[in-house]
This record gives sequence, C-alpha cells and structure tokens, in this order.
Amino acid sequence: MNAYSFAHLAYHALTGHRHWRPAWRDPAPKASYDAIIVGGGGHGLATAYYLAKNHGLANIAVLEKGWIGGGNTGRNTTIVRSNYLLNANAQLYELSLKLWHGLSADLNYNVMFSPRGVLNLAHSDAQCDAFVRRGNAMRLNGIDAEFLDRDAVRRMVPLLDCSSAARYPVHGGLLQRRGGTARHDAVAWGLARAADARGVDIVQNCEVTGFRIVNGRIEGVETSRGPIAAPKVGLAVAGHSGQVAALAGLRLPIESHVLQAFVSEPLKPMLDTVVTFGAGHFYVSQSDKGELVMGGDLDFYNSYAQRGNLPAIEHAAAGALQLFPSFSRLRLMRLWGGVMDMTMDGSPIIGMTPVQGLYLNGGWCYGGFKATPGSGWVFADTIANDRPHPIAAPFSLERFATGALLDEKGAGPVPKDH
Amino acid sequence: MSGPHRLPQGGLVDRSRRIGFRFDGRALSGHPGDTLASALLANGVRLVGRSFKYHRPRGVFSAGPEEPNALVGLRTGDRHEPNTRATMVELFDGLAAASQNRWPSLGFDLLAINDLASPLIPAGFYYKTFLWPPSWWPTYERWIRGAAGLGRPTEKPDPDTYEHRHAHCDVLVVGSGPAGLAAARAAASAGARVILVEERAAAGGSLRCEPARIDGQTGLDWARLALDELGGRENAQVLTRTTAFACFDHNVVGLLERVADHLPEPEAHRPRQRLWLVRAHRIVLAAGAIERPLAFGDNDRPGVMLAGAARRYAGEYGVAVGGSIVIVANNDSAWHAGFDLVASGARVSGLVDCRSSLAPDLLARAAVASIPVFPGHVPLRVLGRKAVQGLDIAPADAGDRPRATATLAGDAICVSGGWSPTVHLHSQAGGKLEWREDIAAFVPTNLRPGLVPIGAAAGRFDLSACLGEGHAAGLRAAVESGHAGGRALPPRCDPEAAFGRVQALWAVPQPETGGAKRFVDIQDDVTVEDVALAHRENYVSVEHLKRYTTLGMGTDQGKTSNVAGLALMADLRGLPIPAVGTTTFRPPYTPIALGAVVGEAVGKRFDPIRLTPLHDWHVARGAIMVEAGQWLRPRAYPRPGESFRDAWVRETKQVREKVGLVDVSTLGKIALEGPDAGELIDRLYCNAMRSLPVDKARYGLMLREDGMVMDDGTVAHLAPERYLLTTTTVNAAKVMALIERLLQVDWPELRVAATSVTDQWAQMALSGPDSRAVLARALEGVDVSPTGLPPLGVRRGRIAGVAVTVFRLSYSGELAYEIGAPADSGVAVWEALLAAGAAHDIAPFGTEAMAALRIEKGHVAGPELNGQTTPYDLGLDKLVSRKKQFLGSRLLARPALRSPERPTLVGLVPLDGTTPIRSGSQLIEAAGTRPPVPMLGHVTSVTYSPTLGHPVALALVKGGLERQGGILIAATPLTGGEVPVRVVDPHFHDPEGARQNG
Repeated sequence: MNAYSFAHLAYHALTGHRHWRPAWRDPAPKASYDAIIVGGGGHGLATAYYLAKNHGLANIAVLEKGWIGGGNTGRNTTIVRSNYLLNANAQLYELSLKLWHGLSADLNYNVMFSPRGVLNLAHSDAQCDAFVRRGNAMRLNGIDAEFLDRDAVRRMVPLLDCSSAARYPVHGGLLQRRGGTARHDAVAWGLARAADARGVDIVQNCEVTGFRIVNGRIEGVETSRGPIAAPKVGLAVAGHSGQVAALAGLRLPIESHVLQAFVSEPLKPMLDTVVTFGAGHFYVSQSDKGELVMGGDLDFYNSYAQRGNLPAIEHAAAGALQLFPSFSRLRLMRLWGGVMDMTMDGSPIIGMTPVQGLYLNGGWCYGGFKATPGSGWVFADTIANDRPHPIAAPFSLERFATGALLDEKGAGPVPKDH
Repeated sequence: MSGPHRLPQGGLVDRSRRIGFRFDGRALSGHPGDTLASALLANGVRLVGRSFKYHRPRGVFSAGPEEPNALVGLRTGDRHEPNTRATMVELFDGLAAASQNRWPSLGFDLLAINDLASPLIPAGFYYKTFLWPPSWWPTYERWIRGAAGLGRPTEKPDPDTYEHRHAHCDVLVVGSGPAGLAAARAAASAGARVILVEERAAAGGSLRCEPARIDGQTGLDWARLALDELGGRENAQVLTRTTAFACFDHNVVGLLERVADHLPEPEAHRPRQRLWLVRAHRIVLAAGAIERPLAFGDNDRPGVMLAGAARRYAGEYGVAVGGSIVIVANNDSAWHAGFDLVASGARVSGLVDCRSSLAPDLLARAAVASIPVFPGHVPLRVLGRKAVQGLDIAPADAGDRPRATATLAGDAICVSGGWSPTVHLHSQAGGKLEWREDIAAFVPTNLRPGLVPIGAAAGRFDLSACLGEGHAAGLRAAVESGHAGGRALPPRCDPEAAFGRVQALWAVPQPETGGAKRFVDIQDDVTVEDVALAHRENYVSVEHLKRYTTLGMGTDQGKTSNVAGLALMADLRGLPIPAVGTTTFRPPYTPIALGAVVGEAVGKRFDPIRLTPLHDWHVARGAIMVEAGQWLRPRAYPRPGESFRDAWVRETKQVREKVGLVDVSTLGKIALEGPDAGELIDRLYCNAMRSLPVDKARYGLMLREDGMVMDDGTVAHLAPERYLLTTTTVNAAKVMALIERLLQVDWPELRVAATSVTDQWAQMALSGPDSRAVLARALEGVDVSPTGLPPLGVRRGRIAGVAVTVFRLSYSGELAYEIGAPADSGVAVWEALLAAGAAHDIAPFGTEAMAALRIEKGHVAGPELNGQTTPYDLGLDKLVSRKKQFLGSRLLARPALRSPERPTLVGLVPLDGTTPIRSGSQLIEAAGTRPPVPMLGHVTSVTYSPTLGHPVALALVKGGLERQGGILIAATPLTGGEVPVRVVDPHFHDPEGARQNG
C-alpha cells in the first residue's frame, strides 16, 4: 500500500498514517554496481530513474555527498520552460518540457508541475525584434510561443506597471504558455522514490573522493564509505563539477559562481504567471504556498559558498519594483545562494569524457532545473549506449575546442556574463 | 485604564494618554508605549488570527520578533502591509489592523473545516494526491493556491520612500540588553566608534521588564544612565527600532531602521525605513535568546503563550495576559516569570514543571507567592477552543499514553521549553554551533573573525555573567580596533539565583483518551505526528524534514520551533541532537520590506537617464525621442503636418540628396594615451592599426576572445602616443571595461592610460553631397578640399569660435564629416553648422533615418553584431589581419567558425517589391511547411529604403551570397506572415563607395 492516490491517503488516514513506508530505502553501498551516478540532485536521480526505466539497468547506485536534492535542485526558482532560440537548446529543453507534462503521473508523485506560462517582457523595439526572432524559431521548431502587445501583457498580469512611469516601460512580451513552475524538492523526492522502486540504490552521506582509472578506463570510485566498483560512472554534480572532475584529472571549461534567490512572505494569489524583466535581470513567480519566488543576477565573483551579498539582491529587488511598484511593502522573508556551474558559452555539457566509461553532465549554469527530466533521459541513454544521445550530441565537451558553441544570447566566453 | 486586563499599575506605558485604534473594525484604545499585541491583550482580545493550514484560532504567542501567530494586515489602502507581527507594531493613533486568512470572519472561518479534515491532509499530503485525473490538476491547484498564503497584498504603489545609508564603525553592538549595553558602554569609553542597535522601540532589553539591581540602582535606571552616557558621546550612536537583519562577508551587517513605522505616516521628507550597510571592525552579538514552547495537546489555543512574553507584557506594558495563569516549564526562567507576574498583581493558578527535583529557593519563593506547584508533571492537553479554559496535566513519568491526573483552571497558559540563543548573525557569517546539554540549546562555536556572541546569545543566562562578559567584549573589541583600554568599571549586579539545569522536553505524549494536535511549528501547523511521518517516510535529514513538513518555513522562520523539530527527529533516529544538525540560517533575521532593500532606485531612478549636450535643442524642435540603452536620442524631427514616417523618409532623402546633421554624441569615446597606446590598439582590433599615421582615422573591428565580433568603431590617431577610439552607443561601457581589464590584468606591462570621454564631447555628423560646402562655410582654419581633408583625415579648427576636431568619416555612405566639440559648446557648434547649411536646406536627422541610411549601405550594426557573428559571417573578412595576433585571433581559428553551415550576411528584397519584411523573421525554404521546419537564417534589420523606393532588409543566412538571386520565405509565424524574398547583395546603395570618398 505504498502507491500514492487519494484513496490510499484516505486509507492511511484511518490508521493514523502509521503504515506509510519510506519513500526510498536507505541502503548501504554495495561493493560494485553496473553503473554509478555521482550526485543525488535532480539530474543524477533522473538519470538513474531513466537508466532503470528505459534501459533496464537496475544494479545502479546514486551516490550523494549530503542529502538528495540538497544542491541546486532545492535552491532554484522552480521555473520550467523551453523558450530557446538555438536548435540544440530548443530540442533538449522541449524534450524536457514534454516529460514535465507527464512527470507526476509517470512517477506517481505529485511534483506540482504547473504550466502557468512564462512571460518574457520586452522593453525596447530592439528587444521586441529579438523576442520575435526567438518566438519565430520556437514556433518553427514546433514549440508554443505567443507575442503579446502591451495591452495583452497588461490583461494577463494586472499588477504589472505598464505605464510610462517605469524607467524602461513595457513594450510587449514573449509568452510560452506550456512553461511554468514545479515544486523543486518534490522532483528530487519523486524521482528518488520511483528510481528506488526500480531497484536503484540511493546512497546519501556518501562522498566520492576519487576515481579508479586504469589505462584510461574507469573502474570505480573511492568514497567516504569505501571503494565501489563500476564500469560506468556518470557525473551530475552541478556546482561542484569542476572539483569532482578534477579528481578524475579533467579540467573543465566551467567556473563556479554564486547565485542568490529570495522569497517573500506567503500571500494570497496575486501573480498567476512567471514574469521575467527584460531591462535588467529579474524573474518572479508565486509558489503554491503563496510566496513570491524571485531571482536575478549572479553575485559576479567565483565562489563555492552557498551564500552571497546584498548588492545582487538590491538589484533584483529593484527589478521587482520596476515591474510591480505595489510589491514595495511586501517583505523579503528568506534569501539563499546556490553554486552555479557556469560554462564558457552558457550551455551545458552532456556526454563523453576523455576517460572511457566516465560521462559528464554539468555546466547547467542557472538553467538546470527545467532540464531535469530531459537531461536525465539523454544522459541515461548516453551512458547506456556509450555514445551521445542525438539530442545531447551538440552539448559535447569538444565543442569548446571546435568552436561549435551554443551561445544562446551571444554573451561571449566569460562564464559570468551568461 | 485601557482595557480590562490592564494591571492597576506598573509597566512603562504612558497611562496619562490614550490612543485609539481598530482591530477588525472594533474601536479599542491603548497607551503610548504599547504594541498592538499588548493593547489587544489589555483589551481582552484573545483571538487574533487563523493558522496557515488548519485555520485554527490563534492568539498572541510571544512579545517579540519570533511571533508565529499574531500576524495582521496593518493599515489600509496603499499603506497596507499584510503579515505584520502585532508584537512588533507600536501603537499609534488611528492604527487599523485586520485579522487574516479567514472567511467570512475571524470568529467563524469556513476553512476551519481543514482542521476536521486534518487526518486527510498530513505533512506532504499534496505529493500523494491530486494525481487523478491529470487534467484536473490545474483545478486542484487553483483551490490549493486560494487556501494557501496568508495576507492579501495591496495593489497600489507605495506612497512612502526608503533610503540607504552606509556607515563604518569600530564596534557594532547588536542588542541593547544588559550584555549589549555593557559592551557598548565599555567600547565607547575606550574611544571606539560604536553603533548600538536595538530592534525594539526602546533600548534596555530584559531590563525593561525584569527586576534587577545594577551598580546600586534598578536595572532600568542603570540602563537609562548607560544610554544617556552613550547619547552624550560623539563616538557612539544608538539606533532603536533597528534590526540587524543579516551579516554578510567581511563584517558587513545590514540594518533596517524603522524610521516612521510608529507614526500614522512618515514626516515630510523623511523615509519610512532606512537600510544601513555597516562595515564594522568588530561585531558584538548581544541579541539575546528566544524562548521555546513545548509540544503538548492543543498547545496552540489562544491564551497559550511564552512565559517570557507574559513577563514582558506585565513588566513593560502593565498587562495581565490572563485572569488566572497556569505556567508550564522545564527550566527556572518560567518560575521567575511566575514570581514577577504575581508581584505585578496577576494571579498564577499553578506551576507545572517536568523536573521533579527543584531548587529549594524556587519552591520557597513559590510558597511565598502562593503559587501551587506541580513538580514532575507535564501538560497534557489544553481545554477550550477559541480561548484557553484550563489545562490537563499528568505525571511526567506516566508512560506513553498518560491519563490526566489534574485539571488546572486558567485562561492563560504560559510555557517555557528553554531558550535558544539568537545566533542568526553568527551562523549567517559562517559560524558553527555546538549543543549544550545543560541548557538544551545550540550555542556559537568556531567564531568568525571579528564577530563575538555574548550574553544570552552565547548561552549565558545569568545577569552577572552577561554584564561582565559584555563589558569585557566591548573593551576587547575597542582594543582590537586600535584603541587603548577604557577606564569604565565593569557593572555589577546584586546576587541572583543561579540559572538551573534545563531538562530537555520536546514533546509530551498524547493523552490516554482522544488525540490532540501537538504543534511543533505553530505558524505552519506542523505537529509532532508530522515529524514522525517524515521520519517514517525517510525524510530524515533536517533539510528534508524542513522541506517535507514546511517546519520553520513560515514568516517566523522557525524561531520558536526549529530546535524542537530537529530534536524530535534526533530522538526518532536514535541519534544525539548535534549529530542531526541544524538547517542553515538564512537572512534576513526578520522579514524586510522590498522597498527598503531597493532604497532610492525606484521608478525612473532605477537606472540613470543619459542626455546628450544637444538634448534640449532636440526637444525644443519637437523631436520624437527614443531610448537607446540609458540614452535618449532623437528618432526623427517631424515638421508640422508630417507623420513620423514622413519625417524620417524626408530626412533620409535630405542626406542622400543634399545635407543633414545628426547628433552622435552617444557613441562611446575613449581616450588612450601613453607610449604603448599604439600597441594596445593593434592588439585590440582585428584589422591592421599599427600603420595608422597621425591625423588619420580608421574603421576598426574588435572581437571578443571567442572570435565573435564585439564592437565596431573608429580609431583616430590624434598625436604621437594619443588616440581617440569610438564605440557603438550600446557597447561603450563594455569596451571600456574590457580595456581596463586588459591593462590591469592581462597586459599590465603596457604603459597606457585609458579614459572614458564620452560625456566630454558633443559629437555630430554632417552628411550628404553638400556637406563639404557647408563645412567650408562654418569651419575656420582647415582646408576641407578633397586633398586638404581626404577620406579618414583628422583636422583641428574652429566653428563659431569653438575649437573642434573634424574627422572625415562616413556612416551614411555619403560624403560626411564628424565634428567633435567640447560638450558645453555643442549647441553653438550645432547651430553654426545649421546656419551655414541654410542655403542647402540642411535639416537635422534622427536615428530612424540613420538606420535607413546604414541598412541601404549594408553597414552592420547592433542586430548583426549580436555576439553570435564572426567577421566572416558579416562579410568583413578583409578586416581580419593575417599578419598579427589580436584579441580573439586564437579562438577565431577554430574550425567551426569557418563552417559553411554558418549563416552569413546578405541583403533581401521582397519579391513583390512592396511587402514589408518583419525584423526577426526566420528564413525558410518553402511556405506553409509544418513544424519542425528547418531554418536557414533570420532577418536582422529592415527598413523601407527611401532611396530605392521599396523595403530592404539585411539577413544572416546559411550559404550567404551563394544564394544571391535565389528566393526564400521570410516567415514570422509569431506575428503572422510569410513574405517571399530575393537574396541580394547587402550593399543596396553605392556599393563601390564612390560617394563617400568623393
């Protein structure tokens, strides 16, 4: 009786909820596995889940240094979208978005994916043109996109200041209705539960401290809980990609930066859509609990600390009041930081490494959450078949050498600029 | 007296004056010095709110920032603030507050049905249901969202203002209780620059509500004296109503000063709140401690509150929290609270302590105070629903399902489960915590450099220790800040009872019959059972516990609940408490208004508005202005009867046929000087620059390190070792920052000084076939003949008596000159040029005509220099030097950057010669294809060409000019439309450049 449904909830209510079983087991690591995923965040757990589900591998472990979902999975602003310009990005994030739309049912765990629309605001004619270009590309790629003029934006987000009192008045917006938000922690837990049900060992408090590499082939990992053998090892450690890859002798084109986010106190429903500010870096949505979830720019210095400083928050909050002057008296309740694995072109790295049997999934910058199921899907396929999944192929590590970059915004080769 | 529960005497409120206020529309009154909470209690108002999830009736629970229950909607209209803690709101005349999260009324809330349905909605229930049918989720979610949230926000802009202030000090003391006051006094007496901050309206901390004698006077008098002393010093500043809300790197502490929240509205020209960023050499954290409740049946009923809060309501506000008070404790502090309550005139009808062996002096004092005591007993269950009526108690050792052995009547239950030191700033700064069993609390360890917790914040609860430690910490901080020790003597207090051992008690068992909710987190309705459920389901990490149950996620951030929650989890896991750890302390300590975070940067002040020296002239001539980054630029100058389009078409033709004048002051201008200026320029641009002679200018293309085009502009060699660069308007700051980085980080050996001079020069471009004639008339001291001022020549002369620099440069493709004049003489030069051109019908032109001119000419600009294009993509191969290394040359050599798959620059014309092409259209092979449609490129820039008489466009397309003459579809499914276009050379006008070089 561990299936999740209203009927089961009612049944358990009769017995005081005393008979619920663990959402996932807490196994000790075995001496060897067919594959090991390093990193128990959303991407690592999704990879394990799809390895088990799509590729029939059950003898897998996910090794997590701390607690699952404790990195960027549990620190992001929960936005899910696929409104990308470049073909490679569009395909990856659209695969992911399609998976999001069925994820709760697939996992039998309500991840509260809420397609409430993602609205990018434009504040100049040039920005409108750029958004039209991106929206056209989306539509031609089969992805939903709509361009809203100022009146349509005003109707959709009544609290938005569409007047000329703003420093950069709103000209219009690019809307993706199928985008939205999800309950971030639930994604980790739901994936863990579903992977566990398929036999995956999720091992928390197990830090990988080294890799066993013989003749250029991976043979296993060293961990804080002893050595574990495996012919295939996938890395999905986000902000710590650089450090963990260094244990395998790899130097990645990644810098780690701190990004902060913050929430307001819980409020009755006031904002039904994800809104992003185009004349600065700011985005906001309202969670199902009623908090306004907000974020902005990086702190712009390299850091592994999950905490930042006030200027980045001031700037993001200023963006908030540009869009919503009525937010001024609402209170910021909690702010936190996460470590972003920023790449040189702003797009992730998924695929093979110079070490045989060692696969890399990282460099998600601050766009990793929305990619969670899609990333896991293509990474699992890559690991299972020892070749890049076709959608993952453009995201290879080699692209930095060949110059086949995926610079979505043309921001250039400085990680913090993306 | 204001209200039936105001004690006949005592308290620090001003009983001579009365303040009227409203709660849920009911007119009530209080005194100056009251908080909203104390005034409500004085008036006998018990029910003040509804809980987040179960909508249970709730009352005031604390007397401070930790308040989980008494959250109200404060004020009305555009000053409305939801979720405001009544315990921290000072009463002012006309204050209006309303309860929240209830419908239709506070007394009768329909959503209280959630409490009945609670077996179906335990922690995390939403993860397990609402799954079927999937298509109903949006409906379920709408219901969930409507039920969640607390207060309703205002929809109007904030009428008040906020400001930011920066300050430096030697010693920042956080908290003005006995420890903080002693520290501030000692540090200031030693000469240190001291800032003392106090969150409440008045300094003094516990001395304001607890009896003490210090240095032979009452604690309150001692505090007043110390404050007077600080107030009289130039090197000390006391900030009350000020919360230290966060500690950032390098001892930077954020303070929020509530300048006007105690007033009906801010005084004229004063902000509502002020956010301080204080850089302190030393921080003394004397923030006190927060009392914890205990988890027992229905421990959330209105009338249940913290014992220390009851003590403060009596001592500071002269309010009895009940007519008959029951005290529940696991430590000594609640006993002293009880004694104080009795002394203040309140009736204490019982004191229940889970400890069976108690200090004899406590028992003796209880006997004197006639307080019936129940040692070795625990509270089982509260009686009453919307107000407390009594408490069932049982022996502490009565097993898993104890039976009530007594019922104590009372209308208030005051609870103390021990005290948690207020370690937030220490933890935010990265400090660690260690568990102290004797006080059942986490205390700071691994202190951060420069931050010292003292007093109750360090787990010391006796007054003498707080005073002594405060004094020593203040002196030490002063000495560490470079001051000699002070002469002040440490304050001494009269002997006091030792603070006895705290007996950890996290949850009392459920009573034998019937279950009752035992709340751990009262705001978020998290019960002991929820913690057990989380454990059962393996959400055992403290972070999982927090996120799964929402424990500590409310507006109070779990100030009263976190420790109990993790202690319960430790117990369930069979681990010691420190092994389970704490969740991370996140700023802010208490919620702060977004307006305060933003400060002055609201409305138009979000970003500077930059105006050119000619701005007023443009506006006076009726120019339509347009934003270009931070700048405002004239877009066109319509004449009477002209439409915008008429105007820019006329202006374009004017330039092509005669002459026009345009303000280009917004272009970035960077002066480079020094022996290595030429070398820097040669490295900076991808085209040859070394050969540029003095008095010559050259077009320059600058790449990023990844080989993509970053910016284009001109380089003028003004004199040996002196250059002037221009950049595009948009990239001016970026290029300047790049040069600064290169000189400081990459090539520090280069002897070059770079200065941004954008604002120093008014720059204008005189364009058109007649421009030479106009310039000849206006310019003194320069031969402007084709040989005297050849293409790319640079000369100095005078116009209207003003020294100017003239550059023969063309953007429009016509014969043209750029003239630079000192900013304050810009208008004079501009008007002189217009006067000189009157005979040629000279007219000013704006950015729209400029765009048309450059597109006709096939010049690339912002839409083509989008950070994704190489020089090859833009047909600028000739500008890429093969003879030198330059910024970006290495990565430009990567094979994919020369791939034939890369889109390159072409021109487009509509096949029918008339249909406009939408900018941002994607280029596809055939119309009407169903997605996914392969895209060959996109349209970058469009205009109607006044010169050619039909629309033209620039585009980037795979295959580029190999497609010349071919037909594509410019598709814009987003805005509707598919326009067949022909691929043509992007140089629509005078491709040979004969006109500009003539």
